[in-house]
Amino acid sequence: MMSDITKQSLSELVENIKSKKLSSSEVTKAFVERSEKSKELNTYITEDYANALNKAKKFDEKPNLDLKLPGIPMAVKDLFCTKDLRTTAGSKILNNFVPTYESTVTQNIWNEGAILMGKLNCDEFAMGSSNETSFFGNVQNPIDKNLVPGGSSGGSSSAVAAQLTPITIGTDTGGSIRQPASFTGTVGLKPTYGSCSRYGIVAFASSLDQAGPMAQNVKDCALLQEVISTYDEKDSTSIDFKRNEYSKELTKDIKGKKIGIPKEYRVDGMPKEIEDLWKKGIEYAKDCGAEIIDISLPHTNYALPTYYIVAPAEASSNLARYDGVKYGFRAEGENLIDMYEKTRSEGFGAEVQRRIMIGTYVLSSGYYDAYYLKAQKVRKLIKNDFDDAYKKVDAILTPSTPSSAFKIGEKTNDPVSMYLNDIFTVPVNLAGLPGISIPAGHDAKGYPLGLQIIGKAFDEQNILNIAYAMEEKINFKNNIIDWWIK
Amino acid sequence: MSIDLKTIKHISKLSRISVDEKKAEKLAGDLNSIFDFIEKLNELKTDNVEPLTSVAETTLKLRSDEVKSKNLRDQVIKNSPKENEDYFVVPKVIE
Amino acid sequence: MSKNKSEYLINRHDNQYEVVIGLEVHAQVTSQSKLFSTSATKFGAEPNTQVSLVDAAFPGMLPVINEFCVKQAIKTGIGLKAKINKRSVFDRKNYFYADLPQGYQISQFKDPIVGEGKVILDMPDGQKEVGIERLHLEQDAGKSIHDLDPKNTFVDLNRSGVALMEIVSKPDLRSPDEVNAYIKKLRSIMRYLGTCDGNMQEGSLRADVNVSVRKKGSKEFGTRCEIKNVNSIKFMQMAIEYEANRQVDLIEDGQTIDQETRLFDTKKNETRSMRSKEDAHDYRYFPDPDLLPLEVSDDFIENLKSEIPELPDEKKKRFIEKFKLSPYEANILVSDIETSNYFENVIKKSDVKLATNWIIGELFAALNEKNLEITESPISAGNLSKLINLIKDGTISGKIAKTVFEQMMEGDKDPQKIVEEKGLKQESDPKALEALIDKVIDDNRDKATEYKSGKVKLFGFFVGQVMKVSGGKANPQLVNEILKKKL
Ligand SMILES: [Mg+2]
Ligand SMILES: [Zn+2]
Repeated sequence: MMSDITKQSLSELVENIKSKKLSSSEVTKAFVERSEKSKELNTYITEDYANALNKAKKFDEKPNLDLKLPGIPMAVKDLFCTKDLRTTAGSKILNNFVPTYESTVTQNIWNEGAILMGKLNCDEFAMGSSNETSFFGNVQNPIDKNLVPGGSSGGSSSAVAAQLTPITIGTDTGGSIRQPASFTGTVGLKPTYGSCSRYGIVAFASSLDQAGPMAQNVKDCALLQEVISTYDEKDSTSIDFKRNEYSKELTKDIKGKKIGIPKEYRVDGMPKEIEDLWKKGIEYAKDCGAEIIDISLPHTNYALPTYYIVAPAEASSNLARYDGVKYGFRAEGENLIDMYEKTRSEGFGAEVQRRIMIGTYVLSSGYYDAYYLKAQKVRKLIKNDFDDAYKKVDAILTPSTPSSAFKIGEKTNDPVSMYLNDIFTVPVNLAGLPGISIPAGHDAKGYPLGLQIIGKAFDEQNILNIAYAMEEKINFKNNIIDWWIK
Repeated sequence: MSIDLKTIKHISKLSRISVDEKKAEKLAGDLNSIFDFIEKLNELKTDNVEPLTSVAETTLKLRSDEVKSKNLRDQVIKNSPKENEDYFVVPKVIE
Repeated sequence: MSKNKSEYLINRHDNQYEVVIGLEVHAQVTSQSKLFSTSATKFGAEPNTQVSLVDAAFPGMLPVINEFCVKQAIKTGIGLKAKINKRSVFDRKNYFYADLPQGYQISQFKDPIVGEGKVILDMPDGQKEVGIERLHLEQDAGKSIHDLDPKNTFVDLNRSGVALMEIVSKPDLRSPDEVNAYIKKLRSIMRYLGTCDGNMQEGSLRADVNVSVRKKGSKEFGTRCEIKNVNSIKFMQMAIEYEANRQVDLIEDGQTIDQETRLFDTKKNETRSMRSKEDAHDYRYFPDPDLLPLEVSDDFIENLKSEIPELPDEKKKRFIEKFKLSPYEANILVSDIETSNYFENVIKKSDVKLATNWIIGELFAALNEKNLEITESPISAGNLSKLINLIKDGTISGKIAKTVFEQMMEGDKDPQKIVEEKGLKQESDPKALEALIDKVIDDNRDKATEYKSGKVKLFGFFVGQVMKVSGGKANPQLVNEILKKKL
C-alpha cells in the first residue's frame, strides 16, 4: 500500500484525500519513508520530516477538503525562503541562514493546504545545469547512477522523478526547470515573467528568474501553477493579469492550433536522436489536430551569448549582499575589505565566483556599452523574433535540450559546453515567455528526452493544453528501477 | 580580445573576491573561452535597436506612504555573525 | 577692475584666480516611510529599530517604491522651475561598504526624475541665477560608528533606505557667500514645499562640493576636486576657501591638480585626499532589474502643480508690490516659511508698516537674545497684532509698547490686559492733559517766561516734564499741540 501511495500522481492523491480513502498522515508518511530510503540521491539539503508528519496529523484532525492541495506533502527547491527553516540556495555562504519570512510562492502553496517536507538540492544560487555546483554535493538522477539530474533545479527534478515528493517547485532563469525536467522524464513549466512573485526567492538574475511547477504529468503541473501564480504587491515586476484556473480549464482539444517549428533550432552537432524526437513531436502535434507552420527565429544563435552577459551582470550585483555582515557565513579578516574578500572567496563556489567576475567585467567602466548594452539590444531583437512569430502561430515546438542527461563530471571542466545545454531554453527567458518541457521519448541509452512548447506571454493555458493533448499521444513511461534503494 | 591577469585582479577587487596567482590564471582561461563565445554578438549591427531592460511591459506601481514594518531589530540582527544586541559588527574601518 | 563688490578672487603674485563651485546637495525627503520599504524614517530612534528586511537586504527581498517620495521629488522640481521627466529609471550604483547592505545603492543615473531648472539668489549687489542640472531620487545608506569599540565598527541601518533627493547644480557658483545664499535658498524652497525639513544638524541636508579654480577671464574650467559630504554651511565655506587656495598654490607652483574626492577635516580645517588612484571606484551603474521605469502622467504632474504653495520669490514680489515693503524687508520676511507665515498672520488684522518694523526689529532681537526660532516665539502672531493695534489707535505710545512687549515676551499675555492691569493706557483726554500742562507751566513760571522771550529750545523741556508727570502715559502728539497753545 505504502509504495503505491508514492506512485500516485498529485491529482490521484488529492482525489484520495478528498474522498477520505487516504489521510494526509498516510500520504506524508509514505513520501517521508521513501525520501529517507533515498539519501543516496542527495536530493535534500534540509529535511523537515518530523514537522511534516506533525502538520499532517494536525491536518487530519481538522481536514479542510476544499483546499486545492489538502494535506499534500511536498519538498521545494532550496532557493525559496521558508520561515524558520534553513534556506541555503545551495551555498556555503548561506549554510546557517534561517529566514524569518516566507516566499510568496511557497506561502500560496501552504495556504492551499500543502505541507513542507524539506528543502531540495540545487546548483549554488541556481547557477548550473547539472546540480554539480551545489555546496551540498551533486544530485543523482534516478534514471541511472552517476547521471546528472540537470540543473539548477536538479534536486527538484530528481525528487519528482524518484517519487520522493508528488510535485515540487523550481526556479528557471535560463532553463533551470525545463532542462532538469527533460533529463529526468518529468514535466516542468517556466511561467511568463511576472506570473509568479519573486518575493522571498533568493535572486540570481532578476530580469529572468521565474518560479514554476514540476510534476509527473501536465495536469499536476497545471494545478500547481494555478496555486502559485498570483499578483503580488511586494514584487514590483509582478504583473496583474487575469489568471486562468489552469487545471479546471485544461483541455485536450487543440484542433486548429497553429504550432511553429523554428528552423534555427536545428543546431550543428545536434544528435540525430534529438532531431528524430522533434520530428516525432511534430507528428504527435498533427495527430492532435494542430497545424504545423515553419517559422524563423533568426537571432536564436545569439541568445546564449546574450544570456551570459545579462544573467552574470545582474547576479554580480544581486550577490553583493552576501558580504558576511548581516547573515550567513563570515570569514574573519584583518579589516573590513579583508573580511569581505575572504568571506566571499571562501563562501562562494567556483562557478558562482566565475559568474560574478563575468558580470563585474561586463558592467565595468569601458565595457558596459560593448557588452551589457549590446546584450540588452540583442535581447530586444530576440524578443522581436518571437513577437513576429506569434503573428503567425499560437505556440512553438522545439526540443528541450540538445542532448540527454550526461554523466556527473563530464562537463565540469568546460564551462562553455556546460552552458550550451541551455541553448533551447534560454531564448524563452530572455523574451519572458512561458515554456513547458514534457517527456517525449528515450535515447539509445534509455535516457529520457523532452520537447518544449513555448507560448505567448500570459498564454500558459494554451501551452498546457497542447502539452496535455500531446502527453496522451506520447504516452511516455519513465523506466526507473529504484537502483539506489537497497 | 583577451582578458589578462591584471584585468582579473581588477575585477576581483571590484567584486571583493580574493584571487591568488593560480586562481587568477584559471579564471583568465575560463573567462577568455567564455568571452570568445560571447564575441559572437559583434556580428550583429544594433545601432538603432532600443535596449530591453525588462520584458514586463508595464510601469512601476507606487505604494502609499505608510509605516508597516515595525521594530524588527531582533529578527534583523538574529542571523548576524557577530553577537551584539543593537548593532551589526564589522572589523574596524579606518577612514 | 570689476564693479562687482562681492567678487571673490584669490590673488597670487600677479595672477587673479576665480573659484568655480558646483554643489551636489543631498536632501532627505520628508516622508513617513522609506523610499523602497515600509519602515519608519524618524530621526533619533534606537539603533536598528527602523530596519525592515528590505533595508537590511535579506535574500529575496524586493524594493517597492513610495508614491509620496515620488511626489515630493516632483514638487521640489516644480519649485526649482525644472523640467519634470515623465519617464525616469532607477539604476544600481554598485560598491561595497559596511553600511550599504545591498552592496549597491538604488539611485537614478541616466534618466533622473527632474531635469534642468534654476534658483535665484539675492546677493548684496543684485540677483544671481544658479542653474540646476538635475534632481534624482536615491536611497540613503546606514551609519557606521567607529568610536564605540577599539577593534570593531558598529553599523546602524536606521537610515538605510531613507529617500534622498540629490540636487546637482551647474558650476555657476563663484564664492563661499554665494554657496551660503544658494544652500539657504534651496532650504527655504524645500521648507515652503514641505519636501525636506532642511535640518542640517540631523543630516537632512548635506552637500558634496565640487571646487576648481581658473585664471580670471579664462573660459575653460580647471580640474575639479569633490569634497564629500559636508554637513554645515560654515564648513562648506571653510572647505571651499581651503581647497581653492590649495589648488591655486599647486598651479602657481607649476603642478597639476588631480581630479579626486577629498574629505574636509573640520578639526584641522583642511581637505585631504580620500582614496588613492589605483583604488578608483567603478560603480558599474545599470538599470535595477527589480524595478520598472517610473512613468508619471501629465495629470499626475498637474495635480502636484496645483498643490504648490506660493514660493519665496513670488511671495517677496507680492510683499513689495502689495505692502510696499523694501526689498530688504521682504527678503527677510520671506526667507523662511515660518517667518512669512507669522508675518502674514500678524498683518491680517494690523498695520503692515508697524508690523514689519516690530517683527524685524523688536521681535527678531528678542528671539535672538533668547536663542529661539520664530515657531518658538513667546508672543503669538495674534497678540503681536493686538499690540500693534494698541499703538496704532493711540491707546499706548511706542515707548509704553516696548514695556508691554517685554512683558509679553515673558509669556504670551494679551497686551490689552497688560495695559489695563498696569494702567498703562495713554492719556488722550484734552481736558486732563490741559490740567496737567497748566500745572507744569505753573510750577516752572521762570522757564515759561524765558520761552516766551524767545528761548524756543525750552519747548522740549516742557514736553519732558509733562511726560514725566504723566508717568509716560500722556499722548505726545496732544501734549505738543496743547503746549504750543498754552505757552
Ligand atoms: Mg557626489
Ligand atoms: Zn547621491
